[in-house]
Amino acid sequence: MDKQIVFAVSARITSYISALPSKGITMRLGVLFSGGKDSTFALHKAAEKAEVVCLITLVSENKESYMFHTPNIDVTALQAEALALPLIRQLTAGKPEEELDDLDAAITRAVKDFNIDTVVTGAVESVYQAARIQQICNRLGVWCVNPLWKKNQKALLEETVAEGFQTIISGVFAYPLDEKWLGKQIDKDLIEKLVALSEEYGLSPSGEGGEIETTVLDAPLFKKKIVILSSEVEAQGNSGVFKIKEARLTKK
Amino acid sequence: MILVVDMNSKENPFGFHEFVLPIVSIAEELEKCAVQNYLEVDEASLSGYDKIILSGSALKDTVTLDQTARFRWLKDCGKPVLGICAGMQTIGLVFGGCVEKCREIGMTDVTTCKENILFSSVFKVYALHNYALVPPAEFDVLAESASCVHAIKHKHKTVYGVLFHPEVRNIEVVKRFICAFQVNRRI
Repeated sequence: MDKQIVFAVSARITSYISALPSKGITMRLGVLFSGGKDSTFALHKAAEKAEVVCLITLVSENKESYMFHTPNIDVTALQAEALALPLIRQLTAGKPEEELDDLDAAITRAVKDFNIDTVVTGAVESVYQAARIQQICNRLGVWCVNPLWKKNQKALLEETVAEGFQTIISGVFAYPLDEKWLGKQIDKDLIEKLVALSEEYGLSPSGEGGEIETTVLDAPLFKKKIVILSSEVEAQGNSGVFKIKEARLTKK
Repeated sequence: MILVVDMNSKENPFGFHEFVLPIVSIAEELEKCAVQNYLEVDEASLSGYDKIILSGSALKDTVTLDQTARFRWLKDCGKPVLGICAGMQTIGLVFGGCVEKCREIGMTDVTTCKENILFSSVFKVYALHNYALVPPAEFDVLAESASCVHAIKHKHKTVYGVLFHPEVRNIEVVKRFICAFQVNRRI
């Protein structure tokens, strides 16, 4: 894989970015939403430019799915409530390629029920995921946009912290990560530790290679935040999940 | 200084971050850069730049293919140009080629057909297009996939085009283009 691109652009470019249109965009956005930091951050970036009208969540029964599996997918219902957005929840057996039919069905429903014309993804590096979603959107005639595409992973983590995201690590799936990381909130210190591990062991610091999964408990567009009432850790060696068993929304 | 031309329509406010910013980030490691939307670029605005990169755009955004008159400056600008995806298609149309339906979305193998400064042999690329270019006669084909032409160069000008997106998995292609035409560098 190519070296990460660092988005530390010059003032000339920054001024071009600030002049890009941010008003009068008529796109209606459906966000592919897993409840982790990438899809939630992509939602926030997309909402700066156009109207988010629904969330689309694929609930996979296959723990090995490259496309959709995430440990606390059921929390997306609470997150959607916190965001005051309708959620399209589509079950999938998670069989390779067949799960794409389920994604197709979910997007089709979003087009029909919410009149979306654009799908937003939190893809950063994965051409596997990005290409498959592009194929479906292309077939359905809707835009596919990837606001975080090729973004530097450390910068991405730092931006979520700076913007007030409360994100916990809800899954670890690679050496030398272990159960000690599970449930930890992502903050500046934790980012430094992840970056150090990425340099030593070649991990992707934001988990782009599936090394970590995350769950967002609070973010700027959340009208309420999520409080975890009970949880359990299931871990073995360098693989484990922090399972949220019970949670509720509370005032911010 | 490099001019990166943003080939995204104003209709898609997300195109810049997805298709332009990754190129800028690669280019700025080597040289100063500026960005202008294609609607703002003309002969007069090119002074001060010594090379030009035309970005790609979203699959649904083919607006530049219908506005080739805006790109007449490509013919006589006399500067090295690299067009990426929509950028390559636009170059081809300006010089008299045409586009035809050809969909490739995802990683694909590309084979070098003619020795060049950007790449060699067989390599994997990220493709994202619904149309391929039938290159005009004054261009050489540099690379092809199983489906279509993936890279071209004008026979007499330093005008290049790649249909794949080098900013995704082949950033060295962008770097080689920039380095090959750096001022004071012997090619």
